[in-house]
Amino acid sequence: MITFDHTTKTYEGGVTAVNGVDFTVEKGNIVVLLGPSGCGKTTLLRMVNRLETISDGSITIDGEDSMSLDQIALRRKIGYVIQSNGLFPNMTIEENVMIVPDLLGWKKKEKRERFNKLMEMIGLSGEKFGKRYPHELSGGQQQRIGVIRALAADPPVMLMDEPFGALDPIIREKIQDEFLQIQREVKKTILFVSHDIDEAIKMADKIVLLRGGEVMQYDTPSEMLVRPKNEFVREFFGKDRAIKSLSLHTIKTLQEVIGLANIDDTIEDTITIHVRHDLRNTLSMLLNQEADQVVVVDDDDNRLGAITIDLVQKYLHFEIKAKPTLVQKG
Amino acid sequence: MDKWMKFLEVNAPRIFDLAIEHTILVGLAILVALMIGVPLGIYLTTNDYLAETVLQIASVMLTIPSIALFGIMIPVFSIINQGIGFVPAFVALVLYSQLPIIRNTYTAIKNVSPEMRDAAKGLGMKTSQRLLRVEIPNAFPIIMAGIRTAVVLNIGIGVIAAYIGAGGLGVLITQGISRGDNYLIISGSIAVAILAMIADGILLFIQKRYTPKSIAN
Ligand SMILES: Nc1ncnc2c1ncn2[C@@H]1O[C@H](COP(=O)(O)OP(=O)(O)OP(=O)(O)O)[C@@H](O)[C@H]1O
Ligand SMILES: [Mg+2]
Repeated sequence: MITFDHTTKTYEGGVTAVNGVDFTVEKGNIVVLLGPSGCGKTTLLRMVNRLETISDGSITIDGEDSMSLDQIALRRKIGYVIQSNGLFPNMTIEENVMIVPDLLGWKKKEKRERFNKLMEMIGLSGEKFGKRYPHELSGGQQQRIGVIRALAADPPVMLMDEPFGALDPIIREKIQDEFLQIQREVKKTILFVSHDIDEAIKMADKIVLLRGGEVMQYDTPSEMLVRPKNEFVREFFGKDRAIKSLSLHTIKTLQEVIGLANIDDTIEDTITIHVRHDLRNTLSMLLNQEADQVVVVDDDDNRLGAITIDLVQKYLHFEIKAKPTLVQKG
Repeated sequence: MDKWMKFLEVNAPRIFDLAIEHTILVGLAILVALMIGVPLGIYLTTNDYLAETVLQIASVMLTIPSIALFGIMIPVFSIINQGIGFVPAFVALVLYSQLPIIRNTYTAIKNVSPEMRDAAKGLGMKTSQRLLRVEIPNAFPIIMAGIRTAVVLNIGIGVIAAYIGAGGLGVLITQGISRGDNYLIISGSIAVAILAMIADGILLFIQKRYTPKSIAN
């Protein structure tokens, strides 16, 4: 758990980058810091592991004032991932990933086992990549190495500053999914900086929307989309925020609320889609007319029914616009 | 050609001995210069104000004509009865090599990307760990380039040491000049050049060998 209490940062020269911020990141949650460039996201994040000093107020981590803790010990207990992955070019992938365990004095065998396990989590072979150097990996692979490096010593808290920002959209989505999958297992308390609204909606349990160093709204993505607290929040998420909110819903919830259409067996050109697919992706698939009919299937490949644009529209209208109580993703 | 063969037959052992003497003088000077210059260069990265001053002093040092610097050493070291010979030459060479070593170390460490330094701090490395594991390894090629410059510079300037009685290959050249013997002058000069090339080659090999592949670009 991380608690910000009137946290303020004034840089030398008088810029107040973070101004009286109050909020709490619950244990095991992902909180995304969102807002326009220069609103203080990075500054706020870096105050947590004391890469920036705190000018006023405080930050408490699991009940302890961060200023009362030893700076080095504190940082080793907080995973840190940055946009440009920050891998060290003079170290192999294995050395990079195992830095914190190494600093903490783990045994060789423990380190090797941990390394292989972490590599497995991101679907890379520890055997094959361990001895390589960072420049021998693709951007996406490097970024994932950056993520598991932060996870290496199993820190309870993670700080991630636009960790997927430099990746192309397709790879980014894949890595986001993979990371959410990992998070379901490891349940870290995560502070995640993003300036991408879609990413924030997708990753966040809660979003902190910042402007000029101040919190505009702190809420779940759905609340923020449906009930923006002020004009800034409304405009920030834009006119298509109803559509954006579709990514918070799956076909399954639609099925539970309004049911699916019947499958027309006379149509030949059919593709299938999994019932846990989110509605936003489903909609874009439907709009792209990849097939004449889209059949929904479950884990056991049972054909549950068909999904159509009309159905999504109807659901959007009743469920999202009219009744702003949203179902959790998952 | 015949004359050369004869000359070498007589003088080769002497040229070889002088080359060894030269190497020892320059080698020791470089060793001491490294022990001063590298830590100083690293320290200066933490103190910008001092850095400017020290780098300026080191630059001025390099602009003093070598023969003048050697000359200055004589009265200074006469105080402790070491006015001529090895000691003043050694000290002059140490002073000369400071600029390339300090400047390259300082610049190399300063140029380590801020992201990398940030990541090192964020992962919880202490200052010393950050230096040893991240900053120095990544700065290594540039530091080595400075050392190579210093070595080649010192092998050349070491010739002047003969004038203050410190021996080395300069002896061949000074004798050649005073006796009007071109063979001595030419053989001395070539020996200095070869020595410089060998030294640079060895250092380049070390640099390549210990530069992380991924930053060699
Ligand atoms: N070291 C610094 N010294 C002085 N001012 C700074 C410093 N770092 C950041 N600032 C200022 O503080 C404000 C917040 O910067 P910060 O980097 O936290 O923004 P950000 O929200 O992360 O922006 P971006 O999305 O562009 O990364 C900006 O106005 C910036 O100019
Ligand atoms: Mg930023």
